[in-house]
Amino acid sequence: MTSTLTPVRKRSALTKGQLPKAAPYIVLASALILGAAILALIGFNAFGWGLVSAILFTIGLVGWSAGVEGARKAQDKLATCLVVGAFLLALLPLISVIWTVLANGIPGLVTPGFLSSSMNGVTGVYDNRAVEDGTPVLGGIYHALMGTIQITLLATVISVPVGLLTAIYLVEYGNDGKLARAITFFVDVMTGIPSIVAGLFAAAFFFAIVGPGTKTGAVAAVALSVLMIPVVVRSAEEMLKIVPNELREAAYALGVRKWRTILKVVIPTAISGIASGVTLAIARVIGETAPILVTAGFATSINSNVFGGWMASLPTFIYTQILNPTSPSNPDPSTQRAWGAALVLIILVMVLNLASRLIAKAFAPKTGR
Amino acid sequence: MSASIQLSQRHHHNEGSGMTATSLTSSQAAAGRAGDKVFSGATLAAGCLILAVLFGVALFLVVQAIPALTAPASEIQGGEGFFAYIWPIVIGTLIAALIALIIATPVSIGVALFISHFAPRQLASGLGYVIDLLAAIPSVVYGAWGAAFLAPQISPAYNWLAENMGWLPIFAGPASATGKTILTAGIVLSVMVIPIITSLSREIFLQTPKLHEEAALALGATRWEMIKMAVLPFARPGIISAIMLGLGRALGETMAVALVLSSGALTASLIQSGNQTIAAEIALNFPEASGLKVSTLIAAGLILFVITLAVNMLARWIISRHKEFSGAN
Repeated sequence: MTSTLTPVRKRSALTKGQLPKAAPYIVLASALILGAAILALIGFNAFGWGLVSAILFTIGLVGWSAGVEGARKAQDKLATCLVVGAFLLALLPLISVIWTVLANGIPGLVTPGFLSSSMNGVTGVYDNRAVEDGTPVLGGIYHALMGTIQITLLATVISVPVGLLTAIYLVEYGNDGKLARAITFFVDVMTGIPSIVAGLFAAAFFFAIVGPGTKTGAVAAVALSVLMIPVVVRSAEEMLKIVPNELREAAYALGVRKWRTILKVVIPTAISGIASGVTLAIARVIGETAPILVTAGFATSINSNVFGGWMASLPTFIYTQILNPTSPSNPDPSTQRAWGAALVLIILVMVLNLASRLIAKAFAPKTGR
Repeated sequence: MSASIQLSQRHHHNEGSGMTATSLTSSQAAAGRAGDKVFSGATLAAGCLILAVLFGVALFLVVQAIPALTAPASEIQGGEGFFAYIWPIVIGTLIAALIALIIATPVSIGVALFISHFAPRQLASGLGYVIDLLAAIPSVVYGAWGAAFLAPQISPAYNWLAENMGWLPIFAGPASATGKTILTAGIVLSVMVIPIITSLSREIFLQTPKLHEEAALALGATRWEMIKMAVLPFARPGIISAIMLGLGRALGETMAVALVLSSGALTASLIQSGNQTIAAEIALNFPEASGLKVSTLIAAGLILFVITLAVNMLARWIISRHKEFSGAN
């Protein structure tokens, strides 16, 4: 019986008409070489090389597949190429932004006194001298850093209680009633308020209550709170929702009141998620420029009073240094300071993002038995 | 009895409540009931405060905008009344947002598909995080990047477009020498919109019922055919609302446009300097404005608020309707 079996063929009828496993690599290598050759004819640059090679790779692989495997497989290959291409395309600006900020920001950041001095008394004369005589660039971001920290801190102090209590209402007391659904809907809508409109609202509010032209750090903090509250509500709500109901019921069974249950059982269980959500919300508002621009103005000196006088912040510092350089004839020192400040701002945001992940990990409730 | 009073007093001490009671149970109950009332009242108040704030945003903007709407036409900037002032920048806002969406939509859907259906499982969440980093970069940094890096790099392409495609009104020459045009601003906006559309569509793609996907694959569909048959029809409402949320962001984004665009009168050509958006107009003029000019800018902000509110509410409505009908739970 066994002797009548034909020897196993290398390819059965089912697997016929397939590209060899190495096909993508072969096509990629030839696309890269061909791309380099084409670019060498019209002037070489890395971006163009990548683009031409990607197009050649797609054409080559899809064409080969259409010849060997048929139209359906070729279409699948084309879709895969386009989807991967979209992902690579989306990475380009990220890499480019980070590279630009690093390359331009480091000279500004390592200038002595950049983090410890303000722009008080730094005029165009000094900037002109720095360009013409090569003296060090004066002035720094101390005032802006302090302003950012104060404004963001005040905004956090306003938003976290309001946001957290609202989330508790939605999850524990709302019962999915009309009011709860209205709040959920409008919190979602609030996430979409343009940041500049939030700034205008705070400005209009204080113009009406305190007097026209009121611009202080506190107004900016109110504007940032409008942007921050919905983020806090959403993340806290998600976190409270995933607290298991058994925990609540166990507390009720022991005769614990609802509010004590929430404070002592529900919130401690969810605290890691809530804390990481709050950190993310801070990271979101710390880089907001427009609302601070219309509510706190911009200052060149240190102002430690949140409730009086214009206040500088890192984003508005970057904006004004680029748009209105300290010395209009020699904008280079201002540009250098702006990029230095941008680097500091990005580092702040990234650290906050990282911190939120670490908080979520470190304080997560222990679930092991 | 005396023991019970003692106990209740100790309990008072612990709770810090100012109630007088004679028995353990009634004091605890009273303190507990009061605590419940105060706490639920506080949460309700916080919820209502949010509604009040949103209402207040509209109210205060309207109140502060009224002087500009009622002022004689000659006193408004440009001298021809508020609506002659506002409509070119409304159109400019729409043009910039449209450019951003045209670029961002296909890219975002591709990225979302890549993360949900193409990337290796272990890499997917990490790649999602990388795309989320795009959203973490502050808008002013994007603006600075657009003005300092992108605009000079892209201006040769504009020259090429003006020479070869100049017969199209949108590419009419002469191209801006600095590259600070509405097209550049739209490209920068699209970069800022991509993470929003991506993360929302990714969520929807991941919710596609596994059975639908497996059924398609079992019938011999390729991966792309499976996506066309099972994933995209399921996700269509979600994608639409994601795009609209991205539109809301693109309409209201300020800094990227304020720093990248060298603004001017409304022009059809996308590669000349000119055009302006509402948000950038406010940011550029508000710090130095006073009197009627402040009112005019707040009125402009009110119009931006109304437009974005309408777009966002429509998007949220589509999402909520979709939730009820989808079998994804």
